[in-house]
This record gives sequence, C-alpha cells and structure tokens, in this order.
Amino acid sequence: MSAPRIAVITFPGSNDDGDARLALDGLGASAVAAWHADDALPEGTTGVLLPGGFSYGDYLRCGAIARFAPIMDDVARFAAAGGPVLGICNGFQILCESRLLPGVLRPNDTQQFMCRDVTVVVETTCVPFTERCAVGDELVIPVKNGEGAWFGDNDLVHELETRDQIVLRYTEDLNGSRDRVAGVTNEAGNVMGLMPHPEHAVDPLLGPVGGRPILVGLVDAARAWRGVPVLTD
Amino acid sequence: MKVAVLIRPKAGILDPQGEAVRDSLTKLGFGVSRARIGRVVDLELDTSSPEEARAQAERMCEELLANSLIESFEVAVESA
Repeated sequence: MSAPRIAVITFPGSNDDGDARLALDGLGASAVAAWHADDALPEGTTGVLLPGGFSYGDYLRCGAIARFAPIMDDVARFAAAGGPVLGICNGFQILCESRLLPGVLRPNDTQQFMCRDVTVVVETTCVPFTERCAVGDELVIPVKNGEGAWFGDNDLVHELETRDQIVLRYTEDLNGSRDRVAGVTNEAGNVMGLMPHPEHAVDPLLGPVGGRPILVGLVDAARAWRGVPVLTD
Repeated sequence: MKVAVLIRPKAGILDPQGEAVRDSLTKLGFGVSRARIGRVVDLELDTSSPEEARAQAERMCEELLANSLIESFEVAVESA
C-alpha cells in the first residue's frame, strides 16, 4: 500500500509546516511541501494540511489575507470534491476566513498569548479525523496562540450542534472560546480545523501524544480518498 | 473619491484589546467604564461618483475588510 500524498501548504509566515510534514511522514503518509503561490496542489494529492503560523503577519485579521493565496482556489476545489483538509491553528483561522469552515477566531479573553498543554474532549466520531477515537475520549495536545477563541453566534452554534459539527471541546474555559469549542468541521465532514497542535503531540519523547489519532485520521482519509484527481490546468 | 471605512467590534463581542486599554486609561486616572477598539481604513477609489464609491466600499467590507460575524462597519464618503 503506497503512502498517501498529503500536501502541507507553506504561506509566508507559516512556521509549523516542517513539524507537520515530519509528523505525517512518521504516521505513514508521504508529506509533500506545497507553496502558497502555486496555482495547484501537487499532483496526486489526496489530503491537505494547512499548518500553524502567522501567515501574512496576521494583517487585517488572522487568516484573512491567506485566503487570497493562489493555491487556495485549488484547496477550495479539493474540499468541494470531498477531499480531506485539516487546518491547524493559523490553518484553522485561514479556513474560517475562506468560509470553508464556520465561525471565526477571536483574541483570547486572557489578553495573552497562550502556550501550554490542554485537554480536549472528542464530541463526535462521525468525521474521518476522529474515526480512531471514541466519543468522550480526552486528548492532551498543546495550544500556542494569541487569537484562539472560536466564535459563532447563537444560530450558528445551534446549527453546528444539530449537525454534529463541533468535534472537539476544551475541558476548561481556556480562552473565552464559545462553548469551549476547540475544533469544528464543515457540513460534509471532510474539512476540519482546530486550534491545538496535533503535529506537536505525536512523539512520547517530547510529551503527550494526543495529536496522533487526529493526524492518523487525516492519513486514513487521504488513503481512502478516491475523488476526482487534482486538476493541474 | 476618498472614503473612510470604520470597522467596529459588534455589540456583545468581547474585545480584549479594548479592555486592556480601558484598564490602562484607568491607571492613568481617567474614569473610563468602556473602551472598544476597531480600525479605520482610508481608501482612495478610482471612481468619481460618491454613490459608486459608497457601494464599492460596502462590498469591500462584506468581502474582506470586515468579518460580519463579529464586526460592523460604517462608510463615510468624503465630500469633494
């Protein structure tokens, strides 16, 4: 069985792209570096990861400018075709600003950058990213952000709960995130974003390994994905 | 046309930056119960029609300059 090719996109200001590729390679994927200015995802891509960082200096709002990167058109096509896409931290912010995911990320109510291990609870296993988990599983994964408080209005939160789109919640009120939301998916379930960094929690030598099942879920989904091949027009 | 776009956090949206500034103003001795921080975008548009300038600026807000989930905006077209 060949390793699924997962494109990890580097934007100007991304800084977790290297760790993401390393983590994916260690979990059975073949991570491929992709550049924001490319017109298309690398050939044979069956999964996409948007890494953490501070794309475009967080100008205007976090993730707001990255949405206009040339490669994002192809990411949107890939997502619309059902391909698995995972956004971590700044990648989550980019997916929200691109309207591929619901809601928006706001400054932490602690008024501080936050860098520590947190515990998140798995709320649903109906998406590929948590298929290896059980509902109620607790995963310890680090966060490191200044603007990690997810927000949606009452109607949106109600919709997401009805459709099982809230995937992960913090076990504590960490940063003012609405209803302790740590990660959400799109309606189809093939695009997910989360603020904690699973790519920093895969090796027991370095600490907790709560990130493994999430990334393995992406690798599984990328291996299984048989959608239309990525166009290189 | 010159256009000023004023973007504010919507009512009820937590504004940690505003709170930090309010606290600092309080330490300076001012009686401040609330501070909210938004942003101003000054634009110079190619069009010479005030109506067109306003319409364009509003579209810009909807598509990029503001996030309607958390921010409201006002457009002021400078009189010639």
